[in-house]
Amino acid sequence: MTGLVISDLRLRIGQADILNGVSLGILGGEITGLAGESGSGKTMTGLVLCGLQPAGAVVTGRVEFTDSDRSIPNLLALQPREFNRLRGRRIAMVAQDPVASLHPMLTIGTQLTDHVRHHLRLSKQQATARAVELLERVQVPTPETALRRYPHQFSGGQLQRIAIAIAIACEPAVLIADEPTTALDVTVQAGILRLLRELRDDLGLAIILISHDLGVMSAIADTIAVMRYGTVIEQGSRQQVIQQPQTEYARELIAALPQVPPPGITTDAGGQPHPDAQPHPDAQPHPGVQPHPGNHPHSTRTGA
Amino acid sequence: MTAPATLIRRPRIAPVWRRPLAIVGILFVSFWFITMIIVPFLPLADPLAQDFTPLSPPSGTHPFGTDILGRDVLSRTLFGSRATLPFAILLVIISLILGSLVGAIAGYFGGVIDEIIMRIADLVFAFPTIVLAMVVAAALGPGITNAVIALALISWPNYARVIRSLVLSARNQEYVVAGRLLGAGPLSSLRRDILPNVASPMLVLAMLDLGSQILLLSGLSFLGLGAVPPAAEWGSMVGDGVQQFSNWWLAAFPGLAILTVVVGFNFIGDTLRDSLDPRSANAVTQVNA
Amino acid sequence: MSHSSSSQHAEPAVADALPGSARSTRTSWFARPVVRYIGIRGLVSAVLLLGVTIVTFILTNLVPVSPITAALGEQAASDPATVAKFVHDAGLDKPAIVQYFVYLGKLLHGDLGTSIQTRNPVTQDLGQAFPATAELALCVILISIILGLGLGLIAAVRKDRFSDQLIRMVSLIGISVPTFWLAAAIYFLFFFVLRWAPGSGRLSPAATPPPRVTGMYTVDSLLSGQFTTFLDAVTHLALPTLTLTLFTVGMLVRFSRTAILDVLNQDYVRAARAKGLATNRVLFGYVVRGSIAPILTIVGLAFGSLLSGTVLTEQVFAWGGLGQYAYRASTALDLPSVMGVGLLVGAIYIITNFIIDVVYGFVDPRVRIG
Repeated sequence: MTGLVISDLRLRIGQADILNGVSLGILGGEITGLAGESGSGKTMTGLVLCGLQPAGAVVTGRVEFTDSDRSIPNLLALQPREFNRLRGRRIAMVAQDPVASLHPMLTIGTQLTDHVRHHLRLSKQQATARAVELLERVQVPTPETALRRYPHQFSGGQLQRIAIAIAIACEPAVLIADEPTTALDVTVQAGILRLLRELRDDLGLAIILISHDLGVMSAIADTIAVMRYGTVIEQGSRQQVIQQPQTEYARELIAALPQVPPPGITTDAGGQPHPDAQPHPDAQPHPGVQPHPGNHPHSTRTGA
Repeated sequence: MTAPATLIRRPRIAPVWRRPLAIVGILFVSFWFITMIIVPFLPLADPLAQDFTPLSPPSGTHPFGTDILGRDVLSRTLFGSRATLPFAILLVIISLILGSLVGAIAGYFGGVIDEIIMRIADLVFAFPTIVLAMVVAAALGPGITNAVIALALISWPNYARVIRSLVLSARNQEYVVAGRLLGAGPLSSLRRDILPNVASPMLVLAMLDLGSQILLLSGLSFLGLGAVPPAAEWGSMVGDGVQQFSNWWLAAFPGLAILTVVVGFNFIGDTLRDSLDPRSANAVTQVNA
Repeated sequence: MSHSSSSQHAEPAVADALPGSARSTRTSWFARPVVRYIGIRGLVSAVLLLGVTIVTFILTNLVPVSPITAALGEQAASDPATVAKFVHDAGLDKPAIVQYFVYLGKLLHGDLGTSIQTRNPVTQDLGQAFPATAELALCVILISIILGLGLGLIAAVRKDRFSDQLIRMVSLIGISVPTFWLAAAIYFLFFFVLRWAPGSGRLSPAATPPPRVTGMYTVDSLLSGQFTTFLDAVTHLALPTLTLTLFTVGMLVRFSRTAILDVLNQDYVRAARAKGLATNRVLFGYVVRGSIAPILTIVGLAFGSLLSGTVLTEQVFAWGGLGQYAYRASTALDLPSVMGVGLLVGAIYIITNFIIDVVYGFVDPRVRIG
């Protein structure tokens, strides 16, 4: 069974304990939501799974990785070089801010093909063909043209689609999406969430969706884990966690949800978001028409 | 391929005062400050007295030798601290006050005032420092006071730029806005809310600037545009010394004096900057934000 | 530039989402963002150049030494008739603004006045001296860019480790050494004591300069095929280059380290690492490329301080360039020559930075394509 089994993951930087024994199972073909307020350790958990924890961090525990053809008993015991072969190929990541996480001076084509060529040893032509396929897969219009263009020529929503294309380019088993919709317009969010759900179904990906937004979670997560103070304080299926939260903290989080569900989510009679609901047609505008502050050439954080 | 997993690796960092560079810097700087204060009370020859055999190499009686007019080089080198340090400090204070004032005005009021001030700053930056200093000092005539004026006229933009950007970013901070909403006037909000936050970056800048101002001052003296003879000043001593290579001690010791005091200020300034720089400390907080 | 033309035909949906800068005139060449950008930078540089002339004009007229005495000498200045004629001829009786435009007009005709010291037109003196300094400065800046940026990259990547500490310490010492003293120390050590390098000057006394094309002896000797002269010129270049390189490298290391540390903290570097690329690919493909803008700025700054350095270095090596000329002029209080050097060096600095801006415009797609 594809997926990750995290047991008793601990991380400490200097005197600060960031993670205090995270245990969690992540299955292929499922979206596992990691919820929690900032500082709860959810982002750090995602980084550790990619082997990208900050310099000087001491990590203990076990992360078992399984995919179709192999099983690695403990990712944390891997040599950096071995981890590097896994990263981007079997375990991929989508960052929060697509504008900041794409290099402003490299074409989309370069950023979409360099790791494909590196990991899969494809020729330039093969990699480009693959990149076109990927852009079609994530519904970026006119892929051939898009490959020759630079990040600042796209809207934020488009860039996040491109970032997802980069992440799934080597057909990973696990995709870590860290707040993939937080930096985006509300109207674009639904499209990205729907894309993630499609990828789960079509590719059998194990998706870890990190978000502080339980509304997003309740829309697409299959299971939800609530984190606080560096541990998982509650986990279960979406229905379980949303409808019968076991801990006081989770109850508070759910009570804090706005009554209006996030865009693209229709609710059933009980007022809870329906998992298989299709977004309202208006909520998925034509990709590419989203004006977004992020595509202003002088407003990017990465600017000169 | 040294660190495949992490591009930046760092060992634990010792506190500022325990880092080797800072220790060396503090040693050098305090040596010269103490010398500056106590040098008249030391049993040294008069730095201006032409009492000895000219151009005698370093020996027991004259550890640094004597110069072409028979003056004791050791005495002149130690007394040289009085011709450099006070002026350099004065210079940094003047340009700091001038620059802060101008920069704060530009940043706080913005608009046309900001635009005009910053274009003048650009203009000053357009000249390489020593060349502009040389031009101004030549126009004013030689003399250490004129050299200080010349350097002050060209040093303020550094401070103005830093203060301006700090004020610009602080101006929109919520606590400043809140202060203004509570009725604080522009001056009191500058003083109470903004100044405390720009103090430490300015300290670092001033530290590093002290070093370069000493280099510039002694450079002007070397060119004959700073201290006038017969004053014992390091730059002009080196200037006299480089004329005659066989008498290496003439230039070597005052040069080392400049080097050690500048290295001292730069080591301290750099260590301070590193410890105050958010970039170097925020790896932990940033990732978990 | 092939990309920019194709981007003009971007599919409408995305083009509409771009900030609406001159989209309607996309066919005209001056609407191309890079052209507009260069135009604006050129205009700014021109204004700065004008500012430089204002500064030198004000300074020339600020001299406590009366320009009359300076130009005529004590003797003639005591004769009222001569003075009156001079004042009228030189336009000193006109308002300052008129004098400035007269001054500017002369500048545009290449007239920088007459050197008090050499009695030559300042323009002619500067023309003589300039190639020597250009040769030295180019040599230093090329070596310094390679060394400075390389060491800055190493220091940033290995932050706080031993190699970083060492590089930082050496670069700090590099920017702390008084250039004029270092020049003397290097000359003393490598020529006077060790005899490894030839003495001062740009060529050995026995050698004849190659026929002048650029005025740079290394280039001219190669052009005329005089290989021994070339070698001679190169060995003479070694010591002044060494002197100036230490400071310039120190400066470049410090700035590039900061710039690269900034980039290392960018999200896109983490994203590149998350793709599992080899470390070198991340470093050179992403980090170095991302720090091009600040590094270009740094190189411009370093060039300015390098020009300052030559003023304090050339005298020691009897290099005969702008620096030595400036040194002699300032020690002799030869104001027209000092102002001439100031003007020329200021202009070189502004033009260099304009070129850097242009390079940046072509390198960064956000500027090039808009």
